[in-house]
Amino acid sequence: MTEIVLYIAGALVAAAFVLAMIRFAAGPRAVDRVLAFDVLTILSIAGIVIAALVGGRSIYLDVALVYALLSFLGVIVAARYLEGGE
Amino acid sequence: MAVLEFIGSLVLLAGALFLFLGGLGLYRMPDTYNRIQAGTKATTLGTLLLLLGAALMVPGWAVKLLLIMLFLMYTNPLSSQVLARAAHRAGVPLTAKTKHDALAQDAGDLT
Amino acid sequence: MSRSLEPLKLFLTLLVIWLLLNGSVALGTLAVGVVVAGAIAVLFRESLSVLSGHKFTAEALVASLLYVGYFLKELVKANLQMAAIVLSPRLPVEPAIVATRVRLTHPVARLLLANSITLTPGTLSVEMKGDTLYVHWVVAKGTDVETATREIVAGFERYLEKMYD
Repeated sequence: MTEIVLYIAGALVAAAFVLAMIRFAAGPRAVDRVLAFDVLTILSIAGIVIAALVGGRSIYLDVALVYALLSFLGVIVAARYLEGGE
Repeated sequence: MAVLEFIGSLVLLAGALFLFLGGLGLYRMPDTYNRIQAGTKATTLGTLLLLLGAALMVPGWAVKLLLIMLFLMYTNPLSSQVLARAAHRAGVPLTAKTKHDALAQDAGDLT
Repeated sequence: MSRSLEPLKLFLTLLVIWLLLNGSVALGTLAVGVVVAGAIAVLFRESLSVLSGHKFTAEALVASLLYVGYFLKELVKANLQMAAIVLSPRLPVEPAIVATRVRLTHPVARLLLANSITLTPGTLSVEMKGDTLYVHWVVAKGTDVETATREIVAGFERYLEKMYD
């Protein structure tokens, strides 16, 4: 039961990942790509937690936490750059 | 114990569903601002529910998962606000359906 | 009076986060936490006010709990509305950027307000100038300041006013 739920959840996250990748490729503007990147990061965190559950490894949670920290900084820096850039 | 795990898996599944809807919104919405709305926020609730579900399934991880949830709740709105502001300052156009833009109106008086 | 307590509150907050992250209170972990949290609290006591400033009266604590409850209710409600919009084939959006009037003065209260507005889907804080907060609204119920303030800001502000000076 739990296994199946995790696989369904993983499939939903993967589908969202594909949609976000399409937006990342399509743009049309830099802001759209940064946004798509932000969403991809959030989806990755969800994916990492699902992987942690499947594998039963809590060490992945630290990876998710650090990833959340880094992506937040990345988006802020990118947005700052775009504000001044155009 | 098994009850908790069952509830947890339902919550986790609901979270994954919202994540999918967030991806769909990011793909379908007509302009950058609406995409920020659909994209980052449906995914925030989605992630929160997914992490909550995981915490219910494995109570031993609850503290660390809670920290990730708190962190996301503080930072996610900040990054979408900064993105929206950057978009408006850089002159990214709103969709033709837009009814009103108070910020563009006032910008002339204030800057 | 409370001004001098700010670094202490910051220190305790940081120390608790550190201990939760480590999941242990071993002597070495605790010592590192105390030293680093102490250094940060002293060095950044002016600029890290984000973690402090909350009133610690009974009324403020009750308001905080009600605020969290109200916020979670709005979060779920708005997410379901957004899901309906995204799934609908016509994509029924009526977006607008509206101006709202904010009465709060404390910077942390304003941050929480802007964050809460952004986290509830359908509304997104775009820019703040003085007392005016500009919000992007996916399904705008009105474009004048009064309607927008009542619909978007008032619900959160009611509690935040009691939580911060």
